[in-house]
Amino acid sequence: MTDATQSPETGPAQTGAPVKSKSLYALDNLTRKRNAAEKRFKFYGLGAVLVGLFFLVVLATAIISEGIPAFTRTIVEVEFTLTQDQYDTAEKELFKTKAYEQFFIGALQKQLEESGMSVPVDAAAIERIVGKTGGTIREYFKANPGALGAPAEFELAASSRVDGYMNGRVTRVEMTDSRFLQASDLDIVDSLVEAGIIKTVFNWNFITGADSGVDNPGGAGIGASVVGSFFMMLVVLFLSLPIGVAASIYLEEFAPQNRFTDLIEVNISNLAAVPSIVFGILGLAVFIQFMHLPQSAPLVGGLVLTLMTLPTIIISTRASLKAVPPSIRDAALGVGASKMQSIFHHVLPLAMPGILTGTIIGLAQALGETAPLLLIGMVGFVARGYPDGVIAGFIDPNSAMPAQIYTWAARADYAFYEKAWGGIIVLLVFLLTMNILAVILRRRFERRW
Amino acid sequence: MNEMPNLEQASAMTTSKISANNVQVYYGDTHAIRDVNIEIQPQSVTAFIGPSGCGKSTFLRTLNRMNDTIDICRVEGTITIDGEDIYNAKVDPVQLRAKVGMVFQKPNPFPKSIYDNVAYGPRIHGLARNKAELDDIVASSLQKAGLWEEAKDRLDEPGTGMSGGQQQRLCIARAIAVSPEVILMDEPCSALDPIATAKVEELIDELRENYTIVIVTHSMQQAARVSQRTAFFHMGVLVEEGPTEDIFTNPKDKRTQDYITGRFG
Repeated sequence: MTDATQSPETGPAQTGAPVKSKSLYALDNLTRKRNAAEKRFKFYGLGAVLVGLFFLVVLATAIISEGIPAFTRTIVEVEFTLTQDQYDTAEKELFKTKAYEQFFIGALQKQLEESGMSVPVDAAAIERIVGKTGGTIREYFKANPGALGAPAEFELAASSRVDGYMNGRVTRVEMTDSRFLQASDLDIVDSLVEAGIIKTVFNWNFITGADSGVDNPGGAGIGASVVGSFFMMLVVLFLSLPIGVAASIYLEEFAPQNRFTDLIEVNISNLAAVPSIVFGILGLAVFIQFMHLPQSAPLVGGLVLTLMTLPTIIISTRASLKAVPPSIRDAALGVGASKMQSIFHHVLPLAMPGILTGTIIGLAQALGETAPLLLIGMVGFVARGYPDGVIAGFIDPNSAMPAQIYTWAARADYAFYEKAWGGIIVLLVFLLTMNILAVILRRRFERRW
Repeated sequence: MNEMPNLEQASAMTTSKISANNVQVYYGDTHAIRDVNIEIQPQSVTAFIGPSGCGKSTFLRTLNRMNDTIDICRVEGTITIDGEDIYNAKVDPVQLRAKVGMVFQKPNPFPKSIYDNVAYGPRIHGLARNKAELDDIVASSLQKAGLWEEAKDRLDEPGTGMSGGQQQRLCIARAIAVSPEVILMDEPCSALDPIATAKVEELIDELRENYTIVIVTHSMQQAARVSQRTAFFHMGVLVEEGPTEDIFTNPKDKRTQDYITGRFG
């Protein structure tokens, strides 16, 4: 013992023989190698981060450049006056809509001439540009007879080809042998644009509207499926968070350690790795075929996704419960708190940030899940509008954002492809909002430390 | 300090606060504590000393059933407080722990304000009927723990922001706040510097007037300074128990002598 305390100061002197000491300036081989390895490792790490960043940038650019056109919409704005006489004449015709179409073309020609241009416009071309207009006009005036005789503003959605032309997706060369739009039509479009009749506006309908039919990509909106996703997430949150946290608390704090709980533990870990489509078919069998819950309903979607989210929440909750120092539990028990009081007053608040992180990861996964929705009929369903009321929101058939995106991507018309990208932007914004909310909540809980 | 115990001893032999009879503690198959018999006197400090792993902390924790939280732990024999068997099926450990408070090795204030730390116990036990009463309890507990002067202006600040010694005294205040009769201290000064330790020891000596204190300590000097009676544990056995002065000056057992003279390996 005495040796040990002396050696640091007197050791070298006692050994006698002068050891040629190495200079600290000269690196020995081992040190050099070690430093090189460390530097290399740092570069690998930096490289990995850069590669990751690169792909992130590529992804973001792709999504934004492909998706932005979905947020714009090309409209044909025509102001025209239909007199009572014209209305009466048209109503007497055999092909009534045809007559209205003629009036519309006349108005269009007049507007063009007013702006100093004159391009021959025929009914067929108009139909290719804005679709059949006669019906729309007739319906409008039949519904509002008071509008007769006064100038009325018509905003008609341009066809998806014209929309594509405006977005640069459709070129003149492609149109040479297309039956949808002819090259000569593009001249009309050009002059209509110049006259300010055709213009590109922000497509609110894409954000607020419902899906359209396959023949009308311009009218497609993601709004209804955002609502569907929202109700689904409500179901997932309000089922999986309490069930998951309660299960974790039981397993972590109360359950005895035996074969049975071991089995449960192994199963939970395995469930987290089960492909989501398995949950989908389970949901189909249990919730729809056995329990006869409505098909395509956000309630069922939420139930299926709850099953999928539970393991994620349980695993992360248990980890964060475990991370709460035992001294806190002791402290609470020491002043005579019951086990439940010590958990709910002290352990749970401290574990909350971790629980929230797990929950948000689980919810984000659930939000982006398509496969299980495929099996309970939430894919391919064309939502025609918003559900009326909260209850309807849960049980009326609806779609969800990823399902809607999948549906669009699968459609033939290229214009829907654009919508799919746009849908991804909305999905990401939704997700970002959720994450920001979680971060704010977590901050609030963390401040308690 | 050590003149008193002999006087106290004479009167207290018959009316011990805690009495343990033939206590055995098992961790699974391990027999951690064997045949412990001890009488702990009221209004005095009893120190448990012994080498690491000798079972002194384990025995301390049987006194307020903190061992209940460990699944594999099993206690046999009888421990009575004021003549009542604390392992009786009718006894709720929660109620017991309100009567037998505990201070731990590492200061473990709740991550809440100083006020809430002290007020937590009275709140869950319903000791205060209104805010004013609760304020009184908090103030008097902090006063008794000698922390009032330092804490009165920062009651809203987190208890975790105090120094180690202050935190430990806060934990003592928290234990006092539920008006226990017995306070168990598990190496309360092991994480503190000498100055903080001196303060806590002083406090323990003051608290002796109103509480029965059992302290586990690694430091024999501390045991000699604060306790009236000392019990020496070794390998799960209570080797010797008696007035502190006797244990340190005139130990009967060779193992005790070896330990207090530092000859233990």
